[in-house]
Amino acid sequence: MTAYRLASGGLIDRSHTLGFSFDGASLSGHPGDTLASALLASDRLLVGRSFKYHRPRGIVTAGPSEPNALVTVGTGARRDPNTRATVAELYDGLAAVSQNRWPSLAFDLGAVNDRLARFLSAGFYYKTFMWPSAFWEKVYEPLIRRAAGLGRTALSPDPDAYEKSWAHCDLLVVGSGPTGLAAALVAARSGLRVILAEQDFLLGGALLSETMRLDGEAPVVFARRAVEELHGHPNVTLLPRTTVFGWYDDNIFGAVERVQKHSAAVDPARPVERVWRIAAKRAILATGAEERPLVFGGNDRPGVMTADAVATYANRYGVAAGKSVAIFTNGSSGYRTARDLAAQGVGIAALIDSRREAADAAPEGVRLIRGGSVVDTKGRQRIRALVADRGGFEELIACDALAMSGGWSPVIHLACQRGGRPVWSEALQAFLAPDVSGLVTAGAAAGLYRLAECLEDGARKAAAVVEALGRTAAGFERPVVGEETDPSFTALWHVPGAKSKAFVDFQNDVHTRDLGLAVREGFGHVEHAKRYTTSGMATDQGKLGNINAVGILAAMRGVSPAEVGTTTFRPFYTPVSFGALAGTSVGEHAMPVRRSPLHGWAARNGAAFIDAGLWYRSAWFPKAGEKTWRESVDREVRTVREHAGLCDVSTLGKIEVFGPDAAEFLNRLYCNPLLKLPVGKARYGLMLREDGMVYDDGTVSRLGEEHFLLTTTTGMAAGTLAHMEFAAQVLWPELGVRFLSVSDQWAQMSLAGPKARAILQALVEDDLSDAAFPFLAAREVRLKGNLKARLFRISFSGELAYELAVPAGFGEAVADAIMRAGAPHGICAYGLEALNVLRIEKGHVTHAEFDGRVTPDDAGLGRMMATGKPDFIGKRLSTRFGLTAADRAQLVGLKAVEADKDMRAGAHLLKDGAKPSTLNDQGWVSSACFSPTLGGHIALAFLKSGRERYGEKIVVWDKLRGVETAAEVCDPVFVDPENRKLMA
Amino acid sequence: MASLITCPHCGTRPKEEFSIRGDATPVRPAPMAPDEAWNDYAHVRANPRGRIREHWQHVSGCRRWLVVERDNFTHEVFAVTDATESRGGAR
Amino acid sequence: MRYSALSIFKQALAGNLGWKPVWREPEPKPHYDVIIVGGGGHGLATAYYLAREFGIRNVAVVEKGYLGSGNVGRNTTIVRSNYMLPGNEPFYEFSLKLWEGLERELNYNVMLSQRGIISLYHNDSQRDHYTRRGNAMMMEGVAAEQLDRETLKRMLPFLNFDHARFPIVGGLLQRRAGTARHDAVAWGFARGADRLGVDLIQNCEVTGIRRENGLVTGVETTKGFIGCNRLALAAAGNTSRVGTMAGLKLPLESHVLQAFVTEGLKPCIDHVITYGAGHFYISQSDKGGLVFGAEIDGYSSYAQRGNLATAEHVMEEGVTMIPGLSRVRVLRSWGGVMDMSMDGSPIIDRTSIENLYLNCGWCYGGFKATPASGFCFAHLIARGESHHVARALRLDRFERGFPIDEAGAGTQPNLH
Repeated sequence: MTAYRLASGGLIDRSHTLGFSFDGASLSGHPGDTLASALLASDRLLVGRSFKYHRPRGIVTAGPSEPNALVTVGTGARRDPNTRATVAELYDGLAAVSQNRWPSLAFDLGAVNDRLARFLSAGFYYKTFMWPSAFWEKVYEPLIRRAAGLGRTALSPDPDAYEKSWAHCDLLVVGSGPTGLAAALVAARSGLRVILAEQDFLLGGALLSETMRLDGEAPVVFARRAVEELHGHPNVTLLPRTTVFGWYDDNIFGAVERVQKHSAAVDPARPVERVWRIAAKRAILATGAEERPLVFGGNDRPGVMTADAVATYANRYGVAAGKSVAIFTNGSSGYRTARDLAAQGVGIAALIDSRREAADAAPEGVRLIRGGSVVDTKGRQRIRALVADRGGFEELIACDALAMSGGWSPVIHLACQRGGRPVWSEALQAFLAPDVSGLVTAGAAAGLYRLAECLEDGARKAAAVVEALGRTAAGFERPVVGEETDPSFTALWHVPGAKSKAFVDFQNDVHTRDLGLAVREGFGHVEHAKRYTTSGMATDQGKLGNINAVGILAAMRGVSPAEVGTTTFRPFYTPVSFGALAGTSVGEHAMPVRRSPLHGWAARNGAAFIDAGLWYRSAWFPKAGEKTWRESVDREVRTVREHAGLCDVSTLGKIEVFGPDAAEFLNRLYCNPLLKLPVGKARYGLMLREDGMVYDDGTVSRLGEEHFLLTTTTGMAAGTLAHMEFAAQVLWPELGVRFLSVSDQWAQMSLAGPKARAILQALVEDDLSDAAFPFLAAREVRLKGNLKARLFRISFSGELAYELAVPAGFGEAVADAIMRAGAPHGICAYGLEALNVLRIEKGHVTHAEFDGRVTPDDAGLGRMMATGKPDFIGKRLSTRFGLTAADRAQLVGLKAVEADKDMRAGAHLLKDGAKPSTLNDQGWVSSACFSPTLGGHIALAFLKSGRERYGEKIVVWDKLRGVETAAEVCDPVFVDPENRKLMA
Repeated sequence: MASLITCPHCGTRPKEEFSIRGDATPVRPAPMAPDEAWNDYAHVRANPRGRIREHWQHVSGCRRWLVVERDNFTHEVFAVTDATESRGGAR
Repeated sequence: MRYSALSIFKQALAGNLGWKPVWREPEPKPHYDVIIVGGGGHGLATAYYLAREFGIRNVAVVEKGYLGSGNVGRNTTIVRSNYMLPGNEPFYEFSLKLWEGLERELNYNVMLSQRGIISLYHNDSQRDHYTRRGNAMMMEGVAAEQLDRETLKRMLPFLNFDHARFPIVGGLLQRRAGTARHDAVAWGFARGADRLGVDLIQNCEVTGIRRENGLVTGVETTKGFIGCNRLALAAAGNTSRVGTMAGLKLPLESHVLQAFVTEGLKPCIDHVITYGAGHFYISQSDKGGLVFGAEIDGYSSYAQRGNLATAEHVMEEGVTMIPGLSRVRVLRSWGGVMDMSMDGSPIIDRTSIENLYLNCGWCYGGFKATPASGFCFAHLIARGESHHVARALRLDRFERGFPIDEAGAGTQPNLH
């Protein structure tokens, strides 16, 4: 038996012992304990240090609003900083350490801040640390950063797994106290699909710590029976250890289930946490009410706890908060705690009621001080006495714990997360939820504090949901509740005459004088006060302190709390881990991988792959003896120019277009004319955005009178399809046209080089002579062995070239056959890098050039625009002044003057001798490479009025790399400008 | 907004199945319409707070373009219609 | 009163009872030379510089909520000048220079922390893009550095180097970039403007704009009519609503951007880091919270709250970039209403109404622009012509064909 564990009682399993450690000390508790209850039982009241003043702090609550008892649980890569001990379920082997203290919890050097507190008033840092200016970042800020923060994260990869799941229900009940259970029972019996979510590891809520009898039995008996019944309903899902953290549009709730956070031995096959997205037709918030602390001098001394927490520790966990507990209350709650303690035989030092008159009766033998208050406390790491004020007369009363009750605030957070503002109730001295649709508060969350009211309200509101959903509500017989006291209280926002700091926000060390300073300096608006003092910005998000802060601000400003209002309630109700919210789509699984149907062929040929969007594309094919990628690429380029090469171009988008108006549609979609494209022919196509900038390019092939096939660039395949669908469905629905993306259905390969025809003819039945299959021919052919394929005589490299498309499953076999047929001709496989060099040499543009700010004319393709067409996308806005201005940057070629000097994409351009400045900036390099064909470095660039400047010497300015290269401006077509090779 | 969108073809589906283009009110002018009409179409948005019509596409479903009529302050959705069918409604 | 270590010392000894209000709470006068609509960062900065730099002190800022209640109080506090296009880069660099002197200029510590921003890239084409951007910065005289993968491994060992879907190739670093304490910026400018005689009028919503003979004569407000010679709009996400009152048609769409903060942690991330294979960005505040965000939700919205699906995607990107974030808990999310423009760049310009001036289109990048936006807007209002770094930020650039499109995404605001 530990120091503060009561001899009997509580919902703990005393037959089993769980070992755990705190700051290295070995301690023990029982199944059913939280870390906090086990620490309290073990006389470990001091659990942390506050944020700013490093004051010693103890456990204040027994639930999720805990501001002080934040500890780091776990070790190594499984460290969880800032874990609230009050909700952390105890397990065997749990290792916890305290935070924000050095060198130790009991002796913390940071506590010097407390001595300097008057110099560290709210917002002091805005007023100083400005001199000398260099000192802020070198001295002051590092000091502040080191002092601030709470726990320490390992920031190392997480060994555990997370997952996400959708759930759908008619009714979501949040909270499993008397209200939630009654609501769930009625809904379940009425046949609704019900989800009951409870953040605690036990279902029952307040019933677990309630001593009032229900039908003459302990409330927990009722709770167990209700849970048992709910278990038996197939239409009910019970989610313990599940916190509903957010309410989103369309009545979607976000919830996090702690699946394995209560075990030292994590099963790797299961997630540790699971995020639920719950789509609920209706929801009932049965989240109860939060007891408010009282704001008096020294109210943060370890041992000062809410009265509800003191009762909960005694009733549910069998732990006494102290051996001589004082109680300070402004309502009946303090009397309830006194009764419960007295029943357990815990000593009560005094019951101090701020009200002069009240009907409540103290337990027999307990000293009752009416009209009194606490103005100070004594002790350092545990309270040893309080200073009571009895009508101006001060008295020191010895105690080792102090229970405080400042009244109740309904827990309405979720109801206020979608813009609705809470409504002040003068009668209840509390904010209530606004009227919102899809969700209602019930029981204590709706300001009904009596047990009988809660049970009735939960049942009634569930019945209303049942009826609203068109069913008949089942009955609910409320158990008979023992005699209940009047739950009212008299608001006491702060206790006058405090002898020391009276804290409003415990964790952030905001006290009443800070709020006073804020009001004095003009920060009286509740949002200003929050932001200036940081009240309510700690990890508990003001759950405990905000309403007191509102009351204090109201009093200082001489208005009602209604006028002050609250700060905004936002997700997350309690903090949620990144891992849970992220789920499984992280790391290597962040995005899916797309592989070309020729991936295996490329791999077998030794390809090095690179990322291209979601694709892996073959970049180059190193041969034995080649040490750098450049050696491979240079060889591939030379081979293509002199013999032949085969390249995988399957990743291009391929869209089939059908319909009587297909030609008309494409004619409007592309800026160049397509109406008269003959069947069996391909044409280069340029697509603009409506603003006149180039959107994408590709080829358009007419396979039949009403059948086209167009290609897009790899990256724009999805966007182009959506763009076409928009045009067809929204802009011109009168046109008869349909599309189908066939990108994945075809393996496509480019065979390029002087030997391309000879190689291909060996595989194709059809005649491929220039006369029979001329440049830009595009039609179905038959391969030897009877496979139907599509063949296009188009070229990106500038060589005699064909693109051959075969059904995806035949891709590798056909590619292998081409390589075999090409072997005697010296064929090689070539990759994206060589393709890039080949196209730069030929002056062909890609999305390195089309960066979304380029017009056709900028790219030297102005003549393609068929301005005679009545309409095409981008036509009209292309004529804007800025898009036709003479000094626009135009595509040019660049040749490095000295052969061994390189140029890289991203360099800018300067006139020779000009000073670098934004004004003098002449343009930029879009693509650059070493040209094996020309034997030097070449580039494509955009240069102001570039086409008039061929022959000019220009500086390729790459200050980022520290390189400047002299280059000559030239036509962007470096190789075969007469297209002799292409037409061969 | 709209965690869920009720596609007129596919039923109620999560928002992630859809992509959003923007204001569905501007109608593409005739090719020879005045410059101002084209500028308004491409660049000017009424951008009211309240009831709006917006183009969404059910990209992971039927791939139809839809007009979602909704409130951009409360995020309430009033109607979802196929864009082809609702075309002309704003003229 | 002047702030200093000495004033803190003296006031502390007097029980901190002697501090004076940071700003007055004046009733509106019947008439002002200039009324600025919007008491956020940009409106307050405009008022400050109008009074300080251009000697125009008969100025009111009218704000429908509390001072700083807009995006200046709900952003991720990043300050940088790493832009690419000539229409933007000189402006943002001017802004960063103003930031660097702001604490002493305002006698208010806005906690500028030049921690450096590192923009990661993950493939060759992104590297080329960032090279182009870095060189554009260098052209403007702004220091930029290219970091290779090995350097990044040393500097940021917690990034995902080993198991990433998109491997980290390198990064672009601007050392002078960093963060600032967002609320303090609003308060510092407000205090500065107030001390120069500007009336800051809170809880005063503009309900109409009165015009006579083609000129604005004043605004109808929830506190009555207030007359003015010149009216300046700095209403961010609500610009379209206010502009409509004067018959303006604007190239804006309002969108929601979410941001997030974690529980406080001891220092673990020193820089501002942006993810190249997504939109995620993160930094650590002086209080210890990790502040982060990513892209806009994508739909038109005037609600200051976002969608769970977007939030989950932000977390996916975060854990993908920094696996160790997985066990860090996210404390709070919020949303701001962004005035997304048609090219992703802002507008500081006159309007078709001669005495009505416009400052808008900040998209999700307005915070870093706060000082220069205020300075240049004040310049425009006072002198009638654009400041030279803001010359490209014209309202008519769309119809004239001079967009400033950093993303190259065209006229679809949710793509910027």
